Amino acid sequence: MKNKCFSWLMFALLAMGSSAAWSTSAEDNYKNFCWQCHGMAGNGMGVNVQDMSVQPRDHTSAKAMGGRSDADLFKVIKQGGLAIDKSVLMPPWGDSLSDEEIRDLVKYLRKLCKCG
Amino acid sequence: MKYLLLSLAALLASSAVLADEGEAILEEQCASCHALKGPAAQTVEELWQRKGPDLFYAGSKYNREWLEKWLLKPRRLRPAGYHYMQHIKPGKKRDMIDVSTLQPHPSLSAKAAREATEALMKLKAPASLVSAGAFKGGSISISFGEMVFDKFNGCMACHQIEPDYGGLSGPEVYTVAKRYQADYLVSFISDPQAWNPKAPMPNKHVAAANIQKLVQYLQALAKENWDEK
Repeated sequence: MKNKCFSWLMFALLAMGSSAAWSTSAEDNYKNFCWQCHGMAGNGMGVNVQDMSVQPRDHTSAKAMGGRSDADLFKVIKQGGLAIDKSVLMPPWGDSLSDEEIRDLVKYLRKLCKCG
Repeated sequence: MKYLLLSLAALLASSAVLADEGEAILEEQCASCHALKGPAAQTVEELWQRKGPDLFYAGSKYNREWLEKWLLKPRRLRPAGYHYMQHIKPGKKRDMIDVSTLQPHPSLSAKAAREATEALMKLKAPASLVSAGAFKGGSISISFGEMVFDKFNGCMACHQIEPDYGGLSGPEVYTVAKRYQADYLVSFISDPQAWNPKAPMPNKHVAAANIQKLVQYLQALAKENWDEK
């Protein structure tokens, strides 16, 4: 009986893990999707930048980030750079992240830049 | 006719034996790092637990000839390893690859490579994910292809289009058409999340005609003899 209960519990946990309701922390999403270009420190100096024609934005700069509204940040993460007349090098992440996760990332960016 | 049927039966039987031996190799030597059964990781954290790419659809992804050769003499295809975020460190000008954390892929003997390849090619993706004939053929010049790849879609941000030129977080693309089947490439670029929901590769919603051009470009790149350059 105990084993059966445990199996059901594991099943429920796994089901939760695969449902859309599951939400990854902004820190982990930033690490998985954003580090590659914006860098481990968020300063725009990621491992990919050497041959880039446009440098990624420095998320730690209040000056560079202060002019962007939360709505713009949400839009650029979800739809990519072109959606706010910026570089095609910033891809749309709308198929990888839920709206809730993108909203959490916007909050996380505000912490990094200490602005807004 | 009788001999023909007998030889055919023998050929099929030997292929089945190879695949059986191969399955044992997969279980013993590959399963600790690669998923041989689906589904793909559904969360970022689950993805990070996987030490190598999923193989449960290998037969729909890899070109058999390339796969067997590579298993004999494996070479790093992702400059920053798998997963890139586990193999980088802060540098003076930018984040750098932390080479000390990268492990070489084990190589197999000729016999084991043949058997493992035979077994891997049997692991197919569902027909709903990839359909035969998705790539329509045709060719493109490297210069026009590069415009579609880099200028219009920004793919070079993460991928190298020649040795030491391009992004480092994703796998090199100048050999990808040798490695992967063209129909898989069309399907993966169209919807990366259908294959690997949390891969750090975006769905750029590239128009169907341009996806064909991208694959034509990758094929043109793969024809170059990079070893001699």
